[in-house]
Amino acid sequence: MLTAAAILVDGLDYAAWLFIVAVGLTLIYGVMKVVNVAHGGLYSMGAYAAAWAVGLYFDRGLAPAGSFLVLALASVAVGGVVGLALERGLLRLFYGRDDILIVLVTYAAFLILENLVLQIWGVEAYPAYQPATLLGTMTIAGLPFSTYELALVPLAAAIGAALIWILARTRIGKLVRAVIHDREMASSFGIDVGRVYTVTFVVGAVLGAFGGAVTAPIISVAPGIGVEVIVLAFAVVVIGGLGSVAGTIVGALLVGLARAAAVHLLPQVELFAIYAVMSLVLVLRPQGLFAPARQRRI
Amino acid sequence: MGALARGPWLLPLVFGALALLSLVLTPFLVYLLTVILARGLVVLGLLILWRTGLMSFGQALYFGVGAYAVGLAEKYWGLRDAFALLALALAASAAMALVLGWLLRQYRDIYFAMLSLAFSMILYGTLVKSRVLGSTDGFTVPAPHFLGWAPGPALAMHALLLLTVAAASLGSFLAARYLASPMGHLTTAIRDNEIRVEYLGYPVRRAIHVKYVFAAMLAGAGGALVALAVGHIDPDMTYWTTSGEFVFITILAGPGSVLAPFLGAAIFEAVRTYATAYAPYSWQMVLGICLLLLILFLPRGVWSLFGARRRAAP
Amino acid sequence: MTALLAVRGLNKSFGSVVAASQIEVEIEDGEVVGIIGANGAGKTTFVNLVTGYLQPTSGTIAFEGRDITALPPRDIIAAGISRSFQVPQVFASATVFDNLLIACGIAAGGRFPLWRPLRRRELLAEADRLVERFRIGEYRDQPAQLLPQGVRKLLDIAMALVRQPRLLLLDEPTSGISVEEKFAIMDLIMGALRNERIAVMFIEHDMDIIARYAGRVLAFVDGTIVARGPPETVLADPRVRRAITGEPMPARGTAT
Repeated sequence: MLTAAAILVDGLDYAAWLFIVAVGLTLIYGVMKVVNVAHGGLYSMGAYAAAWAVGLYFDRGLAPAGSFLVLALASVAVGGVVGLALERGLLRLFYGRDDILIVLVTYAAFLILENLVLQIWGVEAYPAYQPATLLGTMTIAGLPFSTYELALVPLAAAIGAALIWILARTRIGKLVRAVIHDREMASSFGIDVGRVYTVTFVVGAVLGAFGGAVTAPIISVAPGIGVEVIVLAFAVVVIGGLGSVAGTIVGALLVGLARAAAVHLLPQVELFAIYAVMSLVLVLRPQGLFAPARQRRI
Repeated sequence: MGALARGPWLLPLVFGALALLSLVLTPFLVYLLTVILARGLVVLGLLILWRTGLMSFGQALYFGVGAYAVGLAEKYWGLRDAFALLALALAASAAMALVLGWLLRQYRDIYFAMLSLAFSMILYGTLVKSRVLGSTDGFTVPAPHFLGWAPGPALAMHALLLLTVAAASLGSFLAARYLASPMGHLTTAIRDNEIRVEYLGYPVRRAIHVKYVFAAMLAGAGGALVALAVGHIDPDMTYWTTSGEFVFITILAGPGSVLAPFLGAAIFEAVRTYATAYAPYSWQMVLGICLLLLILFLPRGVWSLFGARRRAAP
Repeated sequence: MTALLAVRGLNKSFGSVVAASQIEVEIEDGEVVGIIGANGAGKTTFVNLVTGYLQPTSGTIAFEGRDITALPPRDIIAAGISRSFQVPQVFASATVFDNLLIACGIAAGGRFPLWRPLRRRELLAEADRLVERFRIGEYRDQPAQLLPQGVRKLLDIAMALVRQPRLLLLDEPTSGISVEEKFAIMDLIMGALRNERIAVMFIEHDMDIIARYAGRVLAFVDGTIVARGPPETVLADPRVRRAITGEPMPARGTAT
């Protein structure tokens, strides 16, 4: 019983974290059909920027509660700048080329960002645990859980709800949906597709950096964190169906619970479980759980 | 299409020269050349897939299967013979690809890339957590014997290089033969128009399956030879970054010839060897920038620099 | 005596949309049959059903007395039915000659044609014979993506012939070709097929072409055949005139 509760809570925590980390990836794919490997680089840049900024903030001895704002601002700044630079300066040159080629371009960008992180912040680890310790722990079903990690659940829910609402209900969402539906048609109706791409990519990049920032207080921010996260984020997004925000929620929950179950019941299969779920879903439903079916024609 | 089989006539020349060269190389260069040729084999397989527009982001799976087949057979069965180990690695990677191929052959584009990635990460996840398989540290691989002959370490490296030269020659010969055959021509035909291939009466999925198994065997052989040359295996050999390197070398090499992968691997290993020594914190950045420049300015890889004059204007 | 192709009670629906309904067709050896019908009348669906691209909801298709219903395209092609496409399906980046050569290589190759080279003497000769037969020598070394539409159509049909079919289905062989060239193209196709005793079933919108080349006509309306018989009878049928050819129908060329 205790294990079940632990699996459930840990699974939800982990799912929330996965969703925050992966949703930017799905957003960019959904609109631009770009599988953005550089997402991993944005994640680590966000984590480093946040850890560094939080460190500075606490060195000044300012009000601890403000550190959450610092966390968020640092990631938005980094994600915005890097995202804008990547889309305007790099991706733009390759639109219309082979899908796989664009993956390689973002892979190149990822390699560059990984080293950029090393150049800026060096190789030593940045601890930024203060925001997490600040919130202490909570007891659920007799087990202690980190309040900070639990808080990721409502945070993820808010991000998901906001994205779905924006896409479904607002004017910007309408433009974005028009571009998703048919790019040529949208542009012939006078929609500035280039701008929709830029905005989408920057938002996706900020989400990636934000994913890193919220992670910074619960891990030791060190070189290589982006490398691990990018494959995890792929797994989540592919399971849900590339390009579907709702799918990413389901994908995150599936992977989160599968991993939590593995960790508590059979720790040897932790990583195995995640990618086994991904393979299984791809095998049974190649387009993922939520992606719209494509039509065939002769 | 004419450029397809360019290179085979160079085969005996290039590999013969390499074999002779190996006699005068320093031990480090013998080692480096072995690794280059072995990794070139993996890339040769990717090149065959890439000609059909399929890019595997998980080819390290078969690289790892080959390497671990060698490592495990030495550790648990005491098998030391290089030829037997290589045969075992080929069999293991072929068997794995035969099974996974039933699934993968249905996928194209990004889904093919992602599913191959997922499969390779399953192997990685298994290796990392399994003590029997050496977990994160992996284990050492002792120097091999050759048909009953058990040379000392230095001599063994020379012998291994010769074996690798032979494997690379045979691999590129078979690849050239395959690419020149009707089935090999299907590689580009499938990228052009799958419907037409089906309506010529050939099952596209079978053509892709054959290609996939061939590529996997090349990767398995490469993995086995690298394991023997390095003398150590660990799960990083199957991690996605390893697959990423192979993809990088494929783009670097270009699809022009069956020899291009070896040239690509040579450039890559040379850059890596010196860059990791002199610029450990910026060498990935150098790689990334090279990759971008290649895609922009040399989409058919470095090999196209050699063939440029032959391509007449249409 | 069994017909070459015998289609019995063929139905196909996509959800609630009926694309083919109770189709009955028999084709004899060496016959030339025209299929007419408005857009969406189910002509291409019928061809797709016969060649295995689509599976029927019910009904049977027999070829030379053998049941081929719902077999995959490759098995149907092996049995002796080939097809061309409304939008030519060719290897866009390969030259005309290489398109034909690859087709010949596959046809000659068996299950795993991966050892003997494609560019061997008998295959090269065979591909050149096809170039001759369709008189596209002028375009021999051009990539297929740069060809004029008419030549691309011919290439598509030439590739369909490589498997030496006994029945050839042509999906609008003259669509996208200027009126002046249509007869020339059809003459060329029919000329290339002469002496081969290949039965041909072709979809066509131009009633002059139908009248000139088809020995028999099937008229499709809403997924079913409403009239069949010699061209002059079918084209004069009031239901056909109303649904397909339009009311005032000048029958130019029916006598040639």
